[in-house]
Amino acid sequence: MRELPQFGLIWVYLAASPLLGLTLTLCAYVVAYWIYSRCKFSPLANPVAIAIALVSTVLLLSGMPYSEYFAGAQFVHFLLGPATVALAIPLARQLPRLRKSFLPLACGLLAGSTTAIVSAVVLTILLGGSPQLAFSIGPKSATTPIAMGVAEKLGGLPALTAVLVIGTGIFGAVAARFLFNRMRIDSPEVRGFALGVTSHGIGTARAFQVNQEMGAFAGLGMGLNGVLTAFLAPWLIPVFVGLLAR
Amino acid sequence: MLASFATLLVFQCLGEGITFALKLPIPGPVVGMLLLFFALVAYPPLLDRIEATGSELLRHLSLLFVPAGVGIVATAGQVRGHWLTVILAVAVSTLLTLAVTAAVTRAVMNWQNRQNRHSDGGKKDGEGDHA
Repeated sequence: MRELPQFGLIWVYLAASPLLGLTLTLCAYVVAYWIYSRCKFSPLANPVAIAIALVSTVLLLSGMPYSEYFAGAQFVHFLLGPATVALAIPLARQLPRLRKSFLPLACGLLAGSTTAIVSAVVLTILLGGSPQLAFSIGPKSATTPIAMGVAEKLGGLPALTAVLVIGTGIFGAVAARFLFNRMRIDSPEVRGFALGVTSHGIGTARAFQVNQEMGAFAGLGMGLNGVLTAFLAPWLIPVFVGLLAR
Repeated sequence: MLASFATLLVFQCLGEGITFALKLPIPGPVVGMLLLFFALVAYPPLLDRIEATGSELLRHLSLLFVPAGVGIVATAGQVRGHWLTVILAVAVSTLLTLAVTAAVTRAVMNWQNRQNRHSDGGKKDGEGDHA
């Protein structure tokens, strides 16, 4: 009976330092990646989704507040910045193919970016959602900081947008293979690019797990659609909301 | 490895700085990525030097989304909304975006390939990517 309070004390001691949050993040990811590899890297076993679920469960069961967890996890989170910059590396490797495919990629980007914004807004309004909901959902294919910025500017709910961006990322990463196979799209260039345009960083992470080439084009799609959404969404969303919601 | 990591951070700083100074609606790292891309195109030897570190970082890109994802799950419960509307709209719109982007990119690619073949008089078939 002496074990329990002692274990509790150790937990309290560890929880106060950043070590626990960092350890938890890495262990959850190792487990998630193991499950992913056991499922033969099926997109259905998305490692981001599994790791998030594992960590959330531990936080819920232990009662550890998110701020305490993030004190440790921020070291992992910080690397997202340099990793985004590093996306330029595989892209520069693909420069010859990039030059050749400039026109198709530009057309695909414009069509995809517009589809992402307009379809989300139209569906939300047609399904009975409020304009505020449409403002929050419209920029969902852009990377989180861009999408939140756009939603905030329009009067949406940035916190909801963050949830939807992650949802879009995970759903796209899970569904892409089945959809592309059905459409008979084989080129890793096209598959990667479409996944990056639609599902930003999470889609890009999935693409890199398939192969470097797909990853390079996904990173390109993510970066370009982030920039394009930042310019298109602020005027495209109000136009369609104004047309449909009266 | 250290020098490569420092290079990535320098470009991130440049990106963040430019974003802040010009009040751009784009995150600093995305600007940093574009700057590094132009630097690599302008000076290719840099590519070999930073490639190993960059690839290592990108191999586990998934891991880097976990902390933010957990934060979003932690706050999702506080968000009020029509969840059914939201889930349907996100799912359908995501599938549409994937399909339209891929279909348009492939269609223009095929068109371009046909144009090239016509102009080359069928002599050279450089690309074999058409579905």
